[in-house]
Amino acid sequence: MSWFTQALTSSIGKKLIMSLTGLFLISFLVIHATINAMIFYNDGGETFSHWGHFMGTNPIIRTLEIGLVLGFLLHIADGLWLTKANNDARPVKYAVSNASANSKWYSRSMGLLGTLILIFLVIHTSHFWIPNRTNQFATGEELNLYQMMLDIFQNIWVVLIYVAGCFSLFWHLLHGFESAFKSLGLYHVKYNGAIHFVGVAFSIVIPVLFALMPISIFFGWVY
Amino acid sequence: MSAGNMRLTLKVWRQSNTNTQGGFENYNLDGVSPDMSFLEMFDILNEQLIEENKEPVAFDHDCREGICGMCSMFINGQPHGPLKGVTTCQLHMRSFQDGDTITVEPWRAGAFPVIKDLVVDRDGFDRIISAGGFVSVNTGNAQDANNLPIAKEDADDAFSAAACIGCGACVAACKNASAMLFVSAKISQLALLPQGQAERSIRAEKMVAQMDAEGFGNCTNTHACSAECPKEISFENIARMNREYLGAKVSSKAL
Repeated sequence: MSWFTQALTSSIGKKLIMSLTGLFLISFLVIHATINAMIFYNDGGETFSHWGHFMGTNPIIRTLEIGLVLGFLLHIADGLWLTKANNDARPVKYAVSNASANSKWYSRSMGLLGTLILIFLVIHTSHFWIPNRTNQFATGEELNLYQMMLDIFQNIWVVLIYVAGCFSLFWHLLHGFESAFKSLGLYHVKYNGAIHFVGVAFSIVIPVLFALMPISIFFGWVY
Repeated sequence: MSAGNMRLTLKVWRQSNTNTQGGFENYNLDGVSPDMSFLEMFDILNEQLIEENKEPVAFDHDCREGICGMCSMFINGQPHGPLKGVTTCQLHMRSFQDGDTITVEPWRAGAFPVIKDLVVDRDGFDRIISAGGFVSVNTGNAQDANNLPIAKEDADDAFSAAACIGCGACVAACKNASAMLFVSAKISQLALLPQGQAERSIRAEKMVAQMDAEGFGNCTNTHACSAECPKEISFENIARMNREYLGAKVSSKAL
């Protein structure tokens, strides 16, 4: 095995991949939330569609999109690999475990939260991204995503699934944001406070912003 | 020692050897003094079992002063029991209530197979140390004291890391049975001192490789290890190990 493969397949290397792909996906969340928040202009989707068109057709963005898909796949595959290895590391479980005395439940449940987000992602992409790209591929035309949002978010169950997805994302980020820096070796009293503050703020702001989108459409605040 | 008056129910893991299936046995114990240590309470239990012509419970212990790292026991869901910063031998029965049921299990990890009852094989830790947790020095006269200047902050951090007694509570507490707190303490202790510089890179590479080969899990940064460590080894050591390892991989001479 070369030094490179050895490094990336070691326990620390697997965590490095988790950390880097996680931070990459965090940067994606910023872009995704910003562009989707254009619906709050409440201008019949004009600003949103303008930026949606840019994101859907610009060649640089479309190339980066391949990187994004790879980033998701790597984060998911590495997560499953780590979860399996971690389960195997303790073949006989404890009969009594008082883990709440030493750690937070969401820190211990990243695999579960990640799986919930993955299920949400399948539902979410089959609502918007997959039909839009399929249509673009077949006809060269983009779908009216704004109108699709207005239609899809009339269903209370869909809205509830999206809100539940945002909760999963909140807990996942609350541990993941800070954890990504720790895995990179960035843990020091000089900046721990700053990372913690930004991490908590990010974990709240992004999911709340996302959750407000289906909620606002359902209640007719955005139309 | 004052006369005991506590009455306890002990639910203890019994397993005759590595290859057999174990299970819990319940024991009632009377006359336990609150001043007894947890291990002394087990001594009383074993005396009772011997008098009844039953097999006593096997458990690890040595110094009973909280410094050797031999005692283990996963007590009511926590390594070394409910107190912070103490080993099982320094846990006293006053931390429990009369009438309590106490569940006692061995450390659970694939890399720590059960030898008998509450005794697990922690040789994996020794193999990790053998892989690189040392400094190679020529024999001869000892150097003059203070020959090598060491910054106070570095000496303090190295000393805190060196406080690790290798008991394995970090592995027992971790949801992934990861040994990273132990390994990082050993790597940190030497990486922070001038004597450790010569083998700094190769040490990080070899010790991590051995840790992975032993089958310990990966770190999720939950901090459970540090919270349960009887020597309160700082989580900062794990971040330092990550830096040492990744730095070594991109810069060491080893191909």
